[in-house]
Amino acid sequence: MSLAYLFIGIFTGSLHAMVPITLTATGETVGESAGLFNIGLEGIILLSAMTGALGAEAWGAFMGLVTGLATGFAMGLIFGLINTYFKGVQLITGVGINLAAIGMVAFWLIHLGVPGHHAVPKESQLVNISTAIGNISPMILVTIALPVIVWILLFRTKLGLKIRAVGENPQAADVAGINVHLLRLFSTAAGASLAGLAGAYISVAWMGSVTKEISAGRGFIALATVVFSGLNPLLVLLGGFIFGFFENLAVWISTMPAVQSVVPWQLISMAPYIVTLLIVAGVIGRVRFPAAMGTPYMRE
Amino acid sequence: MKDWKKTARDRTEELRKSITAGVIGFCVGALIILAYGYNPIAAYQALLSGAFGDLYGFSESVANATPLILTALTFAVGFRGGMFNIGAEGQLYLGALAAVSITLLRLPPALSFVLSIIAAALAGIIWSMPVAVLKATRGVHEVISTIMLNWVAHFLSFYLISKVLVDPQRAEKTVSIARGARFALLVPGTSLSYGIFLSVAAAALVWLFIWRTVIGFDLRAMGYNQDAARYAGIEKWRVILSVFVMGGITAGLGGAVHVMGRPPTYAVFGGLPAIQNLGFDGLAVAMIGRNHPAGIIFAAIFFGGLLAGGRMMQLLAQVPLEMVRVLEGVVVLFLAIPELSRIFSIFKRKKDQTL
Repeated sequence: MSLAYLFIGIFTGSLHAMVPITLTATGETVGESAGLFNIGLEGIILLSAMTGALGAEAWGAFMGLVTGLATGFAMGLIFGLINTYFKGVQLITGVGINLAAIGMVAFWLIHLGVPGHHAVPKESQLVNISTAIGNISPMILVTIALPVIVWILLFRTKLGLKIRAVGENPQAADVAGINVHLLRLFSTAAGASLAGLAGAYISVAWMGSVTKEISAGRGFIALATVVFSGLNPLLVLLGGFIFGFFENLAVWISTMPAVQSVVPWQLISMAPYIVTLLIVAGVIGRVRFPAAMGTPYMRE
Repeated sequence: MKDWKKTARDRTEELRKSITAGVIGFCVGALIILAYGYNPIAAYQALLSGAFGDLYGFSESVANATPLILTALTFAVGFRGGMFNIGAEGQLYLGALAAVSITLLRLPPALSFVLSIIAAALAGIIWSMPVAVLKATRGVHEVISTIMLNWVAHFLSFYLISKVLVDPQRAEKTVSIARGARFALLVPGTSLSYGIFLSVAAAALVWLFIWRTVIGFDLRAMGYNQDAARYAGIEKWRVILSVFVMGGITAGLGGAVHVMGRPPTYAVFGGLPAIQNLGFDGLAVAMIGRNHPAGIIFAAIFFGGLLAGGRMMQLLAQVPLEMVRVLEGVVVLFLAIPELSRIFSIFKRKKDQTL
């Protein structure tokens, strides 16, 4: 009986840990399909966790999530503008976003009173729904649905074809009459908005607080998930669950001295990164990225 | 050989770009400070006087710059060769821990000092080798592999700090570097140690490597034009290997100068509070210094000064010192734009085109 509880506990824990990673990675799949690689996702999650929490306290939990979504979209627009019309270097832009967000959130937390920590009041948090496997966040359902929707968008609609075209061969797309810069801009901004939603979920629904390290590398894990999935949103769902499972497992092990002495939690935490590295290296399967990913489009 | 004229023009151009980004960064910062109800002028005055106002402030600024010069060099060597090496973060963690690990051998101080430095450089190389090998043999992009290895290093460090190198008296930190095996303080009473000379020497060596060796020439050729370099018969794997060996050494040494030169504990703490982000800050420094060793030294002192002055800003103008990192981020964001110094004329040209 207690063993069953344990497994259900680990399963629901993994589902909750899966949400921010899967949401962010699903969004990034759209951006990367259009040719933009955003390593600023970590910062976007962090800042959206902050704005989402404040939005929830002002207008309720649902609007908190919307605030996070909007924050992500706005930051995606900044990232997108620099890397389309201004032909910026995507990796540097992303690092800049991360650094600015780390500073901004730490600054904001001090400004709000308690340095380093801000608790979201219970009444402003998103209420869990009760199911057969216990109380779970409704955001889990959104997280399972979104990759399917994005898969249909990317592979079964005309818009998806255009998005993949500007990532694969922007010259050809331009000749075909697609506005390359505009489509890239909105693809990456839409993708970043999901990172914003992920950030708001962490503070408003999952943890119920904001700290200056609350993103805890999830933006980078999401990038790893996208790599793992080879830009297939359905595999993002699987990858997100695996990463969520390991994150949850490591936390669980760190609280169990008996298990900890056999397998240290730190080594469990490393596993997903090593697996991703092996996948990218082609040891397990092979991934392929859009040909024009990471490069700005220069019109002749 | 008239190209000195061109390089001189390039230099001014690069300098102008950094200054433009800096000015924009400070303006955006001022707006944010104002929006949160503080006084930006008082804040910046305190920031500058705290950073460069007296010997103590200046020493702290240079002390902060010491590891940043090294991690910036890591990024710059790669960038000159057309690669984006963000692996300094993880390599620095392991470099610092390798330096600490030598302490466990209880060797004579002088020997311990030398071995710690060598161990740090080796740890950096070991942690950057998978990146080079995966890139040269399997075409794995260095950004992906360095992100993964940074996180593996992150958790490996947690493990090493709490299990292998732990201080028996204080479980939250590693053992401290032995007294005689540390960098002596250059200015007593501050954090500035003789480690700064190691950083500056490394910058000079990197300059020699990039601009005065054959492999450095190949590296720059690859940075300018990969295809042309390949047709010229430049062996890609040699350049890749040298970028990541140099990168590993500098990043590892960054960990060493921090843990062996920074008072008061000369140890690494669990959760890596003092060394986290030194790698990414180095990237910002490299960008501001336009990936040139000389530029990097000035940019690192400038940036180290912001960190040092931030405390004064917090004290005198009540502006949280985290503002400094916002400035850093905004500056880097704008440096990502290639034609930044002509950004206003870009708008003008666009208008002309539509006419």
